[in-house]
Formats: sequence, C-alpha cells, structure tokens
Amino acid sequence: MIETVLDILSWVLLCLGGGFVLTGGIGALRLPGFYNRLHAASLTDTMATILIFTGIILQAGLSLATFKLVAIMLFLLLTGPTASYALANAALLSGMRPEAERLGENPPEGAG
Amino acid sequence: MYVVVSLAILVTMVLALVRALRGPTVYDRVLAANMFGTKTAILLAVIAFLFGRPDFLDLALAYALINLVGILAVLEFFQNRSQTAEGSHHD
Repeated sequence: MIETVLDILSWVLLCLGGGFVLTGGIGALRLPGFYNRLHAASLTDTMATILIFTGIILQAGLSLATFKLVAIMLFLLLTGPTASYALANAALLSGMRPEAERLGENPPEGAG
Repeated sequence: MYVVVSLAILVTMVLALVRALRGPTVYDRVLAANMFGTKTAILLAVIAFLFGRPDFLDLALAYALINLVGILAVLEFFQNRSQTAEGSHHD
C-alpha cells in the first residue's frame, strides 16, 4: 500500500519535473530579451532539480544512492542560482540594460 | 517513467543547443551552455535509475562540479573584458 503511494507520488513529481524542464527549455528559446531568457532558464533549473531529484529519491529508498542524490541536488541548488547571478551581473556590468525601463515611460504617453 | 523525464531533458538540451547557436549576445550562449551543463547532471542522475546502474551518480556529481567551475571562469573572463571595453569607449 505504502509502496503504491510512493510510486504514484514519485511518478507525479518526475512528470512535473519533466514539464518544468521542458518549459524552461522552450522559454529559454522563445522569450524575447536576454533577461527574460535568464529568468526562464534559472527559475526552472532550481524547480526542476528539486522535483526530479525528490522523485528519484522516493524511488531509491534508503541507500547510498540516496545520499549521493541528496548531495548532487544540494550542490545543483547551490550552484544554479550562483551561476545565474554571476551571468546577470556580468551582463549588467557589460552595459546590457533590461528592456523593462521602456515600459515605465510608454504607458503615460500612450494614455495621454 | 524515467523514459519520459529523460526524453523531456533531451528535448530541452536540443533547445538549449539551438539557443547557443542562435544567441545574439555572448551571454545568451553562456546561459545556454550553463543550462546544458545542469541538464547533463540531471540526465545522468535519471539515466542511473533508468538503466539500474547507480555508478552513474558519481559521473553526475563530477559533471555538476565541472559545470560550475567552467561557467564561473568564462564569466570572469567576459566580465573583465567588458569592463575594460566599457572604460575605453564610455558613452
């Protein structure tokens, strides 16, 4: 009984993680600006990592593989946002501005 | 179920490759390379359980370590270059 529940739970987690990975890939390919693409890629990186690794851990049970999976997951969760921050910082320092500034200026002109 | 997840990750890696080839700026390419590296670690972890060979988890850990070092080194290089370039022609 418990095994069935764990199987279904890990199924759902793995499928959700696969969906998040796919969403991140499509977003990184299709979104217009660099910062939008960075947002899609980095956000789904962490979320998909959590979901997929939790799903695999539920399948693995209590063993050495679980410890390794937890280690990989924690490492990816530490390094993913760090790499995204470094990437955004480097892009900002190189003079690439986010395109959101135009949105603050345009609506009053359009309305008035 | 592992097949579905690994297929989704493989499709995402292809999309990241397309973005790396098409990316207008160098940062788009670095972003795609970073995504590719992270997805490699996740794919190795999934494959370890898809084929029932837990040895692959060590490979996933090694790939995750190499990915972080590589991305940070490339970013340090481009950040220094862009700062000096911005100082030379400041608008």
